[in-house]
Amino acid sequence: MSVLVFVEIKNKLSKAAKEAITYGKNLGEVNVVTYGNASNEVLSQMGDYGAKNIFVYRKINEPNDQVVSKLILKAVEKLNSEFILLSQDQTGKSIGPRVAAKLEAGHISGAISLPEASDDFTVKTNVYSGKAIAYVCVHSDKKVISILPNSIQPEENKVDVSISEFEEDLGNGRIKTVDLKPLGDGIPLPEAELVVSAGRGLKGPENWGIVEDLAKSLGATTACSRPVADIGWRPHHEHVGQTGVAIRPNLYIAAGISGAIQHLAGVNGSKVIVVINTDPEAPFFKAADYGVVGDAFEVLPKLTAAINNFKASQR
Amino acid sequence: MKILVCISKVPDTTSKINFVDNNTKFDENGVQYIVNPYDEWYALVRALELVEASGGTVTTITVGTSSDDPTIRKALAIGANDAVRIDADPTDSFFVAKQISEYAKNENYDIVMTGKETINYNGAQIGGMLAELLDMPFVSLANKLEVNGAKATLERDVQGGIEVVEVDFPFVLSASKGMAEQRIPNMRGIMAARTKPLNVIAPTDHKKLTSVVKFELPAPKTGCKYLDPDSMDELVELLHNETKVI
Repeated sequence: MSVLVFVEIKNKLSKAAKEAITYGKNLGEVNVVTYGNASNEVLSQMGDYGAKNIFVYRKINEPNDQVVSKLILKAVEKLNSEFILLSQDQTGKSIGPRVAAKLEAGHISGAISLPEASDDFTVKTNVYSGKAIAYVCVHSDKKVISILPNSIQPEENKVDVSISEFEEDLGNGRIKTVDLKPLGDGIPLPEAELVVSAGRGLKGPENWGIVEDLAKSLGATTACSRPVADIGWRPHHEHVGQTGVAIRPNLYIAAGISGAIQHLAGVNGSKVIVVINTDPEAPFFKAADYGVVGDAFEVLPKLTAAINNFKASQR
Repeated sequence: MKILVCISKVPDTTSKINFVDNNTKFDENGVQYIVNPYDEWYALVRALELVEASGGTVTTITVGTSSDDPTIRKALAIGANDAVRIDADPTDSFFVAKQISEYAKNENYDIVMTGKETINYNGAQIGGMLAELLDMPFVSLANKLEVNGAKATLERDVQGGIEVVEVDFPFVLSASKGMAEQRIPNMRGIMAARTKPLNVIAPTDHKKLTSVVKFELPAPKTGCKYLDPDSMDELVELLHNETKVI
């Protein structure tokens, strides 16, 4: 079976790339297509996870949707790929559907499992904003699968790797990037493994220091509930929940969030949930692994201190 | 400016999700349907703001059955000029995108909008598929849209920052939070919506490439372990040794 994995590589191999290559290795022989100016040394690290042939297109540095789709389609044609894999991130959400429509291939977006062991090709994906799981069957010969971040454990599987450059000129797309306003170099929420989140219980934006302190001690990304984003205490991109960002980190710590059904929908894919709330009846405790009934203003600094002690003891 | 907004109906955000018929079918018992929030709050409202500012029309399009009509009327009440419903069960994204593209390809829309995803299937596929089928660029997950003359400027969150992009017409976008504020339809809008055109057209014949075999609910949490606010060292110990997440 010929598998084509599309990855994005800046200056190091991303976790998303390792996850997609690992997924591909489970389906067949892995070819990778990518773009940009990453060094061959970084590209060859993909061989550690089982990528055999790597094709790199050096003429672009930004993932223009039309150009990248064309690149993938050229590679599919050349390699006669049956499976086309990508990560369900910002770029994957632009490119996956384009490629699938052109190939008239069934598209599973946000796969959370390898195919079920059965005759049909069936893969699990989250639906109803994480309130349920669907088993989706693909009927076409070619299949486009995007993998939800933090769903597949990367596995090392070293093979000899060959890198070749994709020489053909694929032209320009019509979308032009005119500016990139940096938001700091934190890990974006959908890819974060550790997330610290807070809600109205924090009483005002001036109190977010204790949330940020805990996030910093853990190396976590900060998030918030919808009301907090709507009243402008925190930026919209931090809002996790049904109508914000859906996340599935390893650890989600929520302080001063009661746990409305819409909030739970966006976070219940988290492996471990810690809830801190003054109200012992808060519905969030039902979805939690660990609960602390107490005031966030008291508990968060204590937790931060405990984390710092733990980190110091690990050195 | 001529804008097409794709809308679909979804269960209200407070709905309890259950399944029937051996977990193959969504249990509609007691479920209220709404317009998918990303389609309505962000795409539709921003489309209306643009035509209110500089003229034009906003048409909504839905692939669905007559059970979708109440939510389509809601979109008309908020202010869309007219609506199209392609009379078919929307069970596969490629099928849906193909239906919409077959309708849209001769209509010369300047912008085709979708929400970033629906809150039932969460596929986030229709916008990108439409862009490919209509041979247009696709600005995914846009949270800001301004039109200046012959081109549009959009913003979206990308890894490490906010990307500002420019694109000329026509193009497809998917809208995410921030693009506009929710609008509540007023009585005049609701009355007017009753007589606005809702054109039902027959689907074209296309294959379905995927199907849902069954659903399941996530495994419930086994119970919460409570810790005292003064036992944070113990919590850290549990996170490290018991659940191994730090």
